[in-house]
Amino acid sequence: MSAHPFVVLDNVAKRWNGQLGVEHISLEITEGSFVALLGPSGCGKSTTLRLLAGLETADEGRILIDGRDVTTSAASDRNLSMVFQSYALFPHLSVAENVVFGLKVRRVPRKERREKLLRALTITGLIGYEDRKPGELSGGQRQRVALARAIVAGQRLCLMDEPLSNLDAKLRTSVRKDIKKLQQELGITVVYVTHDQTEAMSMADRIVLMRDGHIQQVGSPSDLYNKPVNTFVAEFVGAPPMALIRSEALDGFGAGRRIGVRAENVSIAPQGQGRMACRVSESEFLGAETLIGLAHEQAEGLTIIRPGLSPMTVGQEVGITFDDADLHVFDAGGNRLALQE
Amino acid sequence: MNSHVNLERRRQAIYGWLLLSPALILLSIFAFYPSIATLWSSLFSRNTRRRPSEFVGGENYSDLFADPTFWLVVKNNLLYAGVTIPVSIAIALAMALWANSKISARGFVRTAYFTPTVLPMIAAANLWLFFYTPGLGVLDQIGSLFGLPSVNWLGQPETALWAIIIVTVWKEAGFFMIFYLAALQTIPEDLKEAADIEGASRWTYTRRIVLPLLMPTTLFIMVNALINSVKLIDHLFILTKGGPSDASKLILYYIWEMAFAFFDAPHAAAMTIMVLLVLGIVAAIQFFYIDKRTHYQ
Repeated sequence: MSAHPFVVLDNVAKRWNGQLGVEHISLEITEGSFVALLGPSGCGKSTTLRLLAGLETADEGRILIDGRDVTTSAASDRNLSMVFQSYALFPHLSVAENVVFGLKVRRVPRKERREKLLRALTITGLIGYEDRKPGELSGGQRQRVALARAIVAGQRLCLMDEPLSNLDAKLRTSVRKDIKKLQQELGITVVYVTHDQTEAMSMADRIVLMRDGHIQQVGSPSDLYNKPVNTFVAEFVGAPPMALIRSEALDGFGAGRRIGVRAENVSIAPQGQGRMACRVSESEFLGAETLIGLAHEQAEGLTIIRPGLSPMTVGQEVGITFDDADLHVFDAGGNRLALQE
Repeated sequence: MNSHVNLERRRQAIYGWLLLSPALILLSIFAFYPSIATLWSSLFSRNTRRRPSEFVGGENYSDLFADPTFWLVVKNNLLYAGVTIPVSIAIALAMALWANSKISARGFVRTAYFTPTVLPMIAAANLWLFFYTPGLGVLDQIGSLFGLPSVNWLGQPETALWAIIIVTVWKEAGFFMIFYLAALQTIPEDLKEAADIEGASRWTYTRRIVLPLLMPTTLFIMVNALINSVKLIDHLFILTKGGPSDASKLILYYIWEMAFAFFDAPHAAAMTIMVLLVLGIVAAIQFFYIDKRTHYQ
């Protein structure tokens, strides 16, 4: 399976007027997987996707799709489809015309075109909307038209550039499931750009976390969550993010290090037995649980999760404790030390 | 509560009329009233010292239909419109597509294309007079390099109207380009990218996506070009004065001549009414028929 990766990026770089876009991007994607490119805005995830799509040309490195070197190929020769953040639907064409645009351009016979259109519309639940213009559709429906256009030609690789960012929160959750289901049913490979770590965690088989044009970590969602390679990954993945404590505040971790701990592993200690004494800085009620934010001079982002509605008074002193096994240790440069494994 | 709502509604109505009134008053004084006055005076005979003006009904109109010069002028104007409108639109579109693409010196190209529009028509006409003048003119100078005989472009009936047409196209294309350029910039970049990924060639993209999206602009330009093909006659005064033997005479020039050279106001009025009628009908067709088949964003 890993002998023939479907998509390969080999040390790809792209710069604009000497300014860094992305650098040293090396990535292998197996066929049929769902890969999320995750990172804060400006980290180069969209650039990476556009390089892969052929909308930008790489300055260095090679790109292979299905064993074929496509580094300098035009977008249309790469046998892929793409869903744009803005959907990029043609406003003057009906839903049906939008979906079959590519098939028409590629001179697919009329009969086959009709069959494929029908199938794509059925899968995306757009039957009955064929003759509408994009302007007459809701945001969610437009999104599905963009999806239908991406799957109609049966390309094995589909690129998605933040396809959910224009939808409201509720719709986003449902479309997220739809896209994942679609990908699994069709067995296509999806490369999905997002800045929302929840999206990446819930949909992707593998996450590529990027920052400042470089890949930070590639791995499964649980890898990124449970074994972050550095403090950036630790703080980016998970909600609430991992708390980081300076090693001086705890016994037995030496100096100059940072200790990470996730909210679910922190608990309130009985009076006088806590490993750290903190002050409650905020209470955030989320329905099933309440997040208690804690302030400590040597730590940032300390949080505890308490079930149900159980707020604590702001300013209250509280002792906390955690297991050593749940701690992540990072060196002064922020990189993970494999102490606990 | 009822009276309160009524009061509010009346207030809104007064507010609306106040907003409308400046345009309404100006248009009434300077457009509607003159049009009706023209229609009225076209129904009366010419007022001379010996024969006072009297109501003649459609006689002025039937006179015109019997006037061969009128038909020649109509034919000239149809040819003039039939050539200048499509040609200047096509050139404008081509220039806009080029000036909108990623070329170096884009600002310069745009400015260069727009320059003819900035020039007053009289100045432009003088410029072209210099091009067309037999012997001295630039065209003849270039022609003589290749041993071509001197041509009096403006002075012979076969070429005069075409010389006028070229000046108009030169003048208008840059103006229309600006509208196309503005419209092109409203087309999102990612439509091109989506089309690229779907495998559309540049030509297919232009034909299937860009041109349909430019239709509202094209319609607007067409109406403008049509009006200009009747309205824009400044250069005739400089270049040909309608000659030779009426070969380059356009209808508005003829109206002007009728009114202020022959002092025949009623016939000029009758002609004006006909022009208004034809322009109104064509504009209505453009807006009501083509409009339905046009996509507005």
